[in-house]
Amino acid sequence: MKEELRILSPTAILGYGFPVESFRRGMAKTPHIIAVDAGSTDPGPYYLGAGVSFTEYRAVKRDLGIIIPAALEARIPVIIGSAGGSGGHPHLEWTLEIIREISREKKLCFKLAAIEGEVDKNDIYQAWRDGKISNLSSVPELSGGDIGASVRIVAQMGVEPLQKALQTGADVIVAGRCYDPAVFAALPIQAGFQRGLAIHLGKILECAAIAATPGSGSDCLLGYLHRDDFVVEPLNPARKCTTLSVAAHTLYEKSNPYLLPGPGGILDLKDTKFEQLAEGRVRVCGSCFREDEIYRIKLEGVRLVGYRTVSIAGVRDPVMIGAIDEVIAGVKERVRDNFKQETFTYRLDFKVYGKNAVMGPLEPNPIAEGHELGVIIEAVADTQEIADTVCSFARSTMLHFGYPGRIATAGNLAFPYSPSDFHTGAVYGFSIYHLLEVGAPCRLFPVQLMDITPGYSNRKAFNPINPVNPV
Amino acid sequence: MKIRLIEAAEVIRSKNSGPYELTLDLIFREGDLFQRVCQQKVFTPDLIASLYGINPQEVVDIIEFFPAKAIKINIRRPIPSGNFGETDVYGAQQHAPLLGLEFWIE
Repeated sequence: MKEELRILSPTAILGYGFPVESFRRGMAKTPHIIAVDAGSTDPGPYYLGAGVSFTEYRAVKRDLGIIIPAALEARIPVIIGSAGGSGGHPHLEWTLEIIREISREKKLCFKLAAIEGEVDKNDIYQAWRDGKISNLSSVPELSGGDIGASVRIVAQMGVEPLQKALQTGADVIVAGRCYDPAVFAALPIQAGFQRGLAIHLGKILECAAIAATPGSGSDCLLGYLHRDDFVVEPLNPARKCTTLSVAAHTLYEKSNPYLLPGPGGILDLKDTKFEQLAEGRVRVCGSCFREDEIYRIKLEGVRLVGYRTVSIAGVRDPVMIGAIDEVIAGVKERVRDNFKQETFTYRLDFKVYGKNAVMGPLEPNPIAEGHELGVIIEAVADTQEIADTVCSFARSTMLHFGYPGRIATAGNLAFPYSPSDFHTGAVYGFSIYHLLEVGAPCRLFPVQLMDITPGYSNRKAFNPINPVNPV
Repeated sequence: MKIRLIEAAEVIRSKNSGPYELTLDLIFREGDLFQRVCQQKVFTPDLIASLYGINPQEVVDIIEFFPAKAIKINIRRPIPSGNFGETDVYGAQQHAPLLGLEFWIE
């Protein structure tokens, strides 16, 4: 077994970028692997539902165009997790297409492994019937209807499918939805390092230099994993890791900083120690992994809710500002009355910036006190056309609404744009955020291998030149 | 001694912890004050509920994290992230009621 394994995390999210100088400094430390997490549920349910990335093609291509050639030259593997942000099939395809384009342009030759993270709805339905799906805190119990309504479901893979791909000798591994630390922890765990330390290191590396101070989501971080500890080191002289910055990062976006559940078990940080080293490095030890008796993975699914149209406007009239609640109630009633013969249903919402648009029901002070308000009128309906109709009608009604004390009779709203209304398209909502029991950690995540050669020009999705049977 | 949280903490932030919960992190500047805040149980579900106008049952967890001199508070989101009626998809601007908090400590 190696004494030390070095892992380079170039950026917090693939596509967020990194300074080339930091990356070069990282490569000069001869890492054994480059790993990068591309995913998050933070941007909301839309991206999983629509099958698009929340990062942009050119930005992801820029990052991979630096990472992949450097890794091939250094003969070390690259693992990309939660491809395309949400890690569904179209997200994986999108990332593979970027890699193919880079390979053509730079005439690269390597072995590529792709791991699916999208799961079949029927499999999930069967698992639900078999009682293999359990709840997470604050999430409603799953119903068969929730599964049926889901347009796409992904599962967060653990380290095992990635290890399978590594064992094939793949140079570049692109995985669908992953548990964020898995891309960093797969190789070291396979090499015999402690699971708890490897996953804790992965937890820190997944956000790259966010764990340093000043923090940044677009700069590199290097991890040195040893038998009984690990060290993290920023690769930009402008940043330092401090015990506080690293410990504080353990809090970030987590429910309980001491106990962090993941595929197959829980990372226990109760005995973790953080120690400051010279040159802005931090040493961490004592983190351990407690294996669960049952291997569970997290499912994420979304349903189509409808289509949205919004109208953006401002209000400067103090009389109108004082009457805003009555005006909105009156407009809602007028819309309801006007379309009461129609069979369609809709949802109409008004966000009033300057009152409670940011915190909604959590706002302790929902009073419009400023000299101007921003208003977003939002309609969601089963079709874009109905959403357009409702939004447009609410907008024109609000523009000319007669309220008590009104002195400005020409119009109540200032529109910054013509047209005043915008399609935001399909609206999705989370339908599944639950745990699934799996007998074998790799079963849901088939690995497919393909040889990338300079002459490779097939633009068709998922059609490898030399397919190898799933391993 | 009266303490203003905005002076005692170097970080006060909110973020989603998954699509169904919000997590509020308070990272204190000074270990001694942090210890006293923990010992005297300043942060309770009732306090958080009153700041946010919610039922104390909506406060899922209050956890003291000594390595970072931090208190973590998890509350249920009024609606899951991105559902109809959403105001803050990332949950990143839900910390403001904490900024004005003042409390007594012995």
